[in-house]
Formats: sequence, C-alpha cells, structure tokens
Amino acid sequence: MIVHTIFFYFFSVIAIFSSLMVITSRSTINSVFFLILDFISVGCLFIMVGAEFLGMILLIVYVGAVAVLFLFVVMMLNVAEQKQSWFIGKKSTHIPTGLIVSVLILLELLVVVGGWRYKEDLMSSSSLLISNISNTHQIGLVMYTDYILYFQIAGIVLLLSMIGAILLTFRERVGVKKQSYINQISRNPSTAVELKEVKSNQGVKIDD
Amino acid sequence: MIEIGLGHYLSLGAIIFFLGVIGIFLNRKNVIVILMSIELILLAVNINLISFSIFSGDIVGQIFTMLILTVAAAEAAIGLAIIVVYYRNRGSIRVEDIHGMKG
Repeated sequence: MIVHTIFFYFFSVIAIFSSLMVITSRSTINSVFFLILDFISVGCLFIMVGAEFLGMILLIVYVGAVAVLFLFVVMMLNVAEQKQSWFIGKKSTHIPTGLIVSVLILLELLVVVGGWRYKEDLMSSSSLLISNISNTHQIGLVMYTDYILYFQIAGIVLLLSMIGAILLTFRERVGVKKQSYINQISRNPSTAVELKEVKSNQGVKIDD
Repeated sequence: MIEIGLGHYLSLGAIIFFLGVIGIFLNRKNVIVILMSIELILLAVNINLISFSIFSGDIVGQIFTMLILTVAAAEAAIGLAIIVVYYRNRGSIRVEDIHGMKG
C-alpha cells in the first residue's frame, strides 16, 4: 500500500511538472519532449492503477505515433527559433481574462472533487478488484459485443482522418515525372510496338 | 493522505486539465503548442474516465477511454495537416499572425 502511494505521488508529480513545462518552455521542441514525458508518466499511472491495456495503448499510440508526429511537424516547419513571448505584444488584453477563466475552472474542479461525497461501496485502492481474467480480456469481452458499433465508428473516424490529412497536404507538383498506372496497364501490342522501315546507311529518329 | 483513493486521481486530472486550458488561453507562440494543450486536456479526461472505471469496478469507462484515444489521434492528424498547409501558404504559424478571419 505504501508502495502504491509512493509511486502515485512520484508519477503524478512528474506528470504535473512536465505538463507545466509543455505550456511554458521556450522552444517548441522542448514542449514536445515534455509532452512525451507526460504521456509516459500518465501511462505508468494507468498501468499501476490496473488498466494495463490502456496504459500500454497510451505508450504505444501516443508516444509512438502522435508525439512523434508532433516532433516531425516541428522539425519540418522550422519553428524552433520562434521563442516564447507570452506577455509581450500590443494586443495582450486577453491575458487577464484567460487567467481568470482558467483559475476559475481549476477552483470549480477542485471544489467538485473535494466536496463530493463518495459512494459507500466505492472501492479503495487497497481492495481493487482482482479478477481471474485479465484487463485486456475484460475489455475485449465488452468491446466486441456490446460496443461493436462504437468500435466500427471509431474505425470510420480513423479512416476519414487519414483521407482528410492526405487530401489537405496533397500538392500537385509541376515538372516531376511520375508513373502513370492507367497508361501502363492499358497499352497493348498494337500501340506499344511500332515497326519502321530502316533505309541503308540511315538511322531512325526515335525521339520525336 | 497515505491511502490513494479516487479523489487523488480526480485531482490529478483536474490539475492537468487546468494546465491545458491555461496553455490554450495564454499562448502567444505557435499553434502547435495549442494542439499539445488540447492533447493534455484529453489526457486529463482519460485520467478521470479510467479512475472512475477502476474505482467503481465498471469496465465501460475504459471502452470510452479507447474511443477518446481514437478521436484524439484523428484530431492530432487533421490539426497538424492544417498547420502544415497553413505554413506552406503563409510562411508563419505564430498565433498573432493568424488573423485572416478577423476573429
């Protein structure tokens, strides 16, 4: 039990510190690195509390795909020298309003969390349910039966986002020789081969 | 204090949510940091869903967490594609330079 407490505070302090560094660090590439650290520590929290499958999914999908995608975009866009300039600028009238709204949101959330009475039969972490089937097995038993429609819709969302990202960044380049598949597969011997009469001591002009 | 309960995880989620919101409101840099703040907010939502799912013994919260992960990945891909296209057209993604719609 004391180990659970120690590890919870360890990972949550790292998570809060790194999310603070994400929004305050001076260069964007450091923000991405701290975002990766944040994902990793929250994933360790998930694994620790008993949601192993989602913790590993968070590590694989977020750290392995999404954060690296951010890293690639930061590398491609040459934004590394755009330094942080929070409180400078002519039109910074939204800064006090943003601060007030953010602090109010935090206060409301803490009031809700602190003043809320828990149900009596809510489990504490000392009596977490140790089932005889694994967490992944449990998720699979529910997800592929009761929530199969949501699963399919999630697949459609991913497909649409892939199509949208490709369409948005597609650019027709001029002057680049590309393969034309329809021309390749639609040629036949009568159009592909041309017979020429070659006169003696004269060449054939082939590139016309 | 020693016994880690549901309230600890909810407080962690609230703090990360707050940091994400403050990152969106107070950002004067480029749009990529705003997208990362949105990822932080979705992460806080995931923390809440998973802790409720674990501490009340219901697996459905983890199903919804997985759907949120899907939507977050799609959102990151589309947002980064929009940022790439904008940078290609304008040459800058600073927040104060993006005022084409006079909003």
